[in-house]
Amino acid sequence: MTEELFVELFTGLLREMIRIRRFEETCAELYSATRIRGFLHLCIGEEAVAVGVVGALSDVDAVVSTYREHGHALARGVPMEAVMAEMFGRSTGCSGGRGGSMHLFDATRRFYGGNAIVAGGLPVAVGLALADHLTSDPAVTVCLFGDGAFAEGEFHESANLAALWHLPVLFCCENNRYAMGTALAREHAATDLATRAAGYGMVAWAVDGMDVLAVREATERALAYVRDSGQPCFLELRTYRFRAHSMYDPDRYRSKDEINRWKELDPIPALAARLVDQELMPAHDVEQWMAGVEGEVDAEIAAAVAAADAAPLEPVEHLTRFVTTEPGDARPGVRAS
Amino acid sequence: MSRHPVTTAARTEAPVTTTYREALREAHRDALRSDPRVFLLGEDVGRYGGSFAVSLGLLEEFGEERVRDTPLSESAFTGAGIGAALRGLRPIVEIMTVNFSLLALDQIVNNAATLRHMSGGQLSVPLVIRMTTGAGRQLAAQHSHSLEGWYASIPGIRVLAPATLEDARGMLAPALADPDPVVIFEHGSLYNLSGTLPVDPVAVDISTAAVRRSGTDVTLIAYAGGLGKALEAADALATEGISAEVIDLRVLRPLDDATITASVSRTHRAVVVDEAWRTGSLAAEVVARIVEQAFYELDAPVERVCGAEVPVPYPHHLEEAALPQVVDVVAAAHRAVGARA
Repeated sequence: MTEELFVELFTGLLREMIRIRRFEETCAELYSATRIRGFLHLCIGEEAVAVGVVGALSDVDAVVSTYREHGHALARGVPMEAVMAEMFGRSTGCSGGRGGSMHLFDATRRFYGGNAIVAGGLPVAVGLALADHLTSDPAVTVCLFGDGAFAEGEFHESANLAALWHLPVLFCCENNRYAMGTALAREHAATDLATRAAGYGMVAWAVDGMDVLAVREATERALAYVRDSGQPCFLELRTYRFRAHSMYDPDRYRSKDEINRWKELDPIPALAARLVDQELMPAHDVEQWMAGVEGEVDAEIAAAVAAADAAPLEPVEHLTRFVTTEPGDARPGVRAS
Repeated sequence: MSRHPVTTAARTEAPVTTTYREALREAHRDALRSDPRVFLLGEDVGRYGGSFAVSLGLLEEFGEERVRDTPLSESAFTGAGIGAALRGLRPIVEIMTVNFSLLALDQIVNNAATLRHMSGGQLSVPLVIRMTTGAGRQLAAQHSHSLEGWYASIPGIRVLAPATLEDARGMLAPALADPDPVVIFEHGSLYNLSGTLPVDPVAVDISTAAVRRSGTDVTLIAYAGGLGKALEAADALATEGISAEVIDLRVLRPLDDATITASVSRTHRAVVVDEAWRTGSLAAEVVARIVEQAFYELDAPVERVCGAEVPVPYPHHLEEAALPQVVDVVAAAHRAVGARA
């Protein structure tokens, strides 16, 4: 790769991580101001996973995500305006306002949620991949889930089924070391999740989830493997969330020291430092460039908030719409095989 | 309104003798032949031939890709059906019994029934899930329960209960044509039900209840395994000069209020037969609707004949005692008629 391409790759990843970080920080402020309600789970600290994994996908691939999915949705290209409007419960939201923070959907971008039952999206991901297999579609279905989901039966059933049927699923375990407030070693008898996943006959390995370049590279390798072999693959992305589990969480179960140690691995300054260390950009230019990006991102966020604020609410008369298909309903999510 | 009107065209060929099981199998064969998007998956649907032999021979005819044996992973293979349906295929998921479906309840309730609404109408889940329900075969408490009423309480899914050969043969096609999830309950005591069907399948709707016997004095409302008992009870009542109308609910969700209300408005008395536990049962829902919609038509309290509130026991005599029997339906009808003003 030429130096220009490295700079383009690095700055592209850095820009998207900054964009997600600032979006999440804004969501926290809007939550405190009671503009966003319900549960709100932020991915601050885990941006390298969202950007490194989801950014590596092609348009034909599918994404099945969790309730900590703002970053995944933004990295997938779901417009920020539509995501913010969804948080505000507006009819212009990416789920028509019916889902909220935990249920972001975008059928046209093959973003299948936004699943708030831990591991509940995994069987669906296997089914999407099964349909691709049956229709000889070269797409890969990527499902993101946490270390908590790895303890659920649905993970183990899904991993076995995908491996048994040779389905193109990329399992991405976003291991942030806590299932809500329960530490990894208190939820798993064996904490090396990649090794356990390999027990299903899948290629599986662990990746430094704080290093976006490592995540990107691993995802590209994994995608190529799944596409070439038609077999599932498993990545354990070792990461950490800097904020509490949700806005309700008093964060009593881990020490400030621990959080601060992980903050030293913050993926954003880490990548900025690499631009300098690898002599791709002088330090001063990096600082200036980042300030510029922050300004642009803040403007995008402000526009999204303003648009969400001005957007209409769904009329109450529409309460029971979309429970079942009504005559004349469009069915954009279904593609004829 | 019926989306799939009943065809009444005259048939010229002689009817064929068949069973409920064979009628279901023929319905699957038709679906697999006519639509390449249709495939069947579930435990032992392939090499074993189906745990109730519904899919016997289909693997040989359609191959392993379309008749897929699954591991004992109810949640994963039901969810896989949901995912494939999201992608535009038409999966049929067979779950061995309703008791085992509890292991897939997350997928059915939180995903299949919910995704369309939660995504603001972006997603459709055109999925059919079939499972056995009901008692009567001495299979004890983990293979005998009737939990279809639970499913009938869930918005976002359609729930069917074929109780006749015609419905066993005819309900699958409109269920597959439905853009939303459909759950079909096959009562375990019905697989060997035999009779005749026209050579060409008769189209049936999946939105209305059916009056299986007309009468004037009392309405017996039943479904699935209860229908035969209600019809037998009506025969017995006829010998006493009591004319019972028998309604087969067929569609447990959404309930066909119009057919029920119209019948009760004629007979002014109703008995609801439901093999499930009385508390919070589908029978309770039917009674509530009668009371809401036809209260002033009633000449007597509505009667319920339900399963005893006990895990279904193994010994024959106790199982019989736990389930609604013909004699119980007759007794309930007597009470209803006897209470006539």
